Amino acid sequence: MKNFKEIVVISGKGGTGKTTLTASLADIMPGTIIADADVDAANLHILLEPENIRGNPFTGKSTAEINSDLCTGCNLCRELCRFRAVEVTGGRYHVDGYSCEGCGLCKIACPAGAIQMKEQVVGKWFTADTELGDFVYARLIPGAENSGSLVTMVRFQAKLAAVKKNVKTVLIDGPPGIGCPVTASISGVDLAIIVTEPTYSGISDLRRVFDLTGHFNVKSGIVINRFDINPGNTKKVEDFAREKGIPVFAKIPHSRCIMEEISRSRLPSRKCKHLARAVEEIYRHIQTNLWHKEPMNLKKGGSKK
Amino acid sequence: MYIAVASGKGGTGKTLVSTSLALCAADLECTYVDLDVEEPNGSIFLAPEIREEIPFTLRVPEIDESRCTFCEACANACTFNALAILPPAKKTMFFPDLCHSCGVCTYVCPAAGAVREVPREIGKIRTGSSGDIGFIEGRLNVGQLSGVPLIKGITNDYIDKQRLYIVDSSPGTSCPVVETLKKSDYVVLVTEPNPFGLNDLKLTVELVKELGKDAGIVVNKDNGRSTVMDEYSREAGIPVILRIPYSIDIQKSYSNGVPLVESMPGMMGKFKTLLGNITGEK
Repeated sequence: MKNFKEIVVISGKGGTGKTTLTASLADIMPGTIIADADVDAANLHILLEPENIRGNPFTGKSTAEINSDLCTGCNLCRELCRFRAVEVTGGRYHVDGYSCEGCGLCKIACPAGAIQMKEQVVGKWFTADTELGDFVYARLIPGAENSGSLVTMVRFQAKLAAVKKNVKTVLIDGPPGIGCPVTASISGVDLAIIVTEPTYSGISDLRRVFDLTGHFNVKSGIVINRFDINPGNTKKVEDFAREKGIPVFAKIPHSRCIMEEISRSRLPSRKCKHLARAVEEIYRHIQTNLWHKEPMNLKKGGSKK
Repeated sequence: MYIAVASGKGGTGKTLVSTSLALCAADLECTYVDLDVEEPNGSIFLAPEIREEIPFTLRVPEIDESRCTFCEACANACTFNALAILPPAKKTMFFPDLCHSCGVCTYVCPAAGAVREVPREIGKIRTGSSGDIGFIEGRLNVGQLSGVPLIKGITNDYIDKQRLYIVDSSPGTSCPVVETLKKSDYVVLVTEPNPFGLNDLKLTVELVKELGKDAGIVVNKDNGRSTVMDEYSREAGIPVILRIPYSIDIQKSYSNGVPLVESMPGMMGKFKTLLGNITGEK
């Protein structure tokens, strides 16, 4: 039985403010391991300024390689490959690494024994120290597959750190979308915070990502960012939340302050009061949702007002 | 011609840019293709009339336990661990979410007719039109892990390059984006002038260069003060091809699903010139 809780910040739609919210929450939550699960476009490190970074290679799938000396050009691999990964250039057979999914069918089928499966390094994961707590993040090599398994590695390392440091929470910055990296980010977490915005696109994506949390039986709460740019749509989000029985944790107003702080790579909740208040409100909801008790004290020195 | 609109960072304005490009190309036999299959939103702005919605399926194994010899050849060959065989119990288990539909199980099975493949729906392809603009959308079913097969299905079977295709990509730099960019002739990279936008733009440019594609940068939410994108553009050798000003009005009309070229008609000319430059280059 683990004695810490995992909280993930997701959104469906990109650019709604996941990373800003994650960093701001980490700033006021005592004893938190911070994890960035957006492995193919990670940004949290920009706000957290990690130090003492330890990097580790991540080996993902294997892809097929054809040895031209042994290949007889029988074309069987090309006929069998459902990913159209086998190509012929100037009579030479080779495998397109981007298309190959590593199933190994070609290797099994090759009558000449010319195909080998080779493990590929698809990214790196890092552990580092930050002012706000231990930080785990990763970088997928652009174009690589297996982002889901790299997310799983990030979460595993974060959980390991949580046990070692005996902290109460792991806070995860999730990726956009609803595909494999998102699934890997939310399965088994204790709470998902869904950040949305009052736009038609935001609402459409909220519905889909909420369905996904339902799929995995994950408890969720909604944060409406920039709620004041469209009051009508904000009401639609609130109606949706009521209909589905999900709490709205907070509404954050649009503010130039946040944009400007981000453009200087600074943590906006330390300067922008509207954001700081909303983040404290969200934290209180996290407390009542996860521990059913009165909020713990905020981290000292965090959330300077 | 196939023009892909990609970004790295989410929420920078891919759909804003791609729907605007499609709308200003209405007289050019253009089709808008939404390959952000996890969160497709182009239809919100183009309001297409959908004429056909077909399920997109993958072939997955179905094991006939009366013919299975429980030899475990299929489970051993499956690198995705989608099959488990329990010989003592004479039971087979299939985990459809893990299956990549590669066909290795069918291929290796020594017992005649024990593994057959059946279709399994993972999403839908919707086609139609919005005025003179053709419309194609891939929509992944919620709970499905990968949109890659669906993206591949559309780029292989629906895009012939006879027309002009404006293709809206998902954010990020991983497999769905690669699949979307692979067949493109030109990549429009949408970014916003802040450290997040720049970081993710760099990752996407790495990918675009690796794939050997021509590309240009659209700076959205441009406040006119930041020069980070200009510096990077010079350094990377990728031109800034359009700037969209930061404007709360644009964001408000976007929030109601109004395309940019309608809420700011002045942008129409800029998008037309941009499109002319891209298509003229090729």
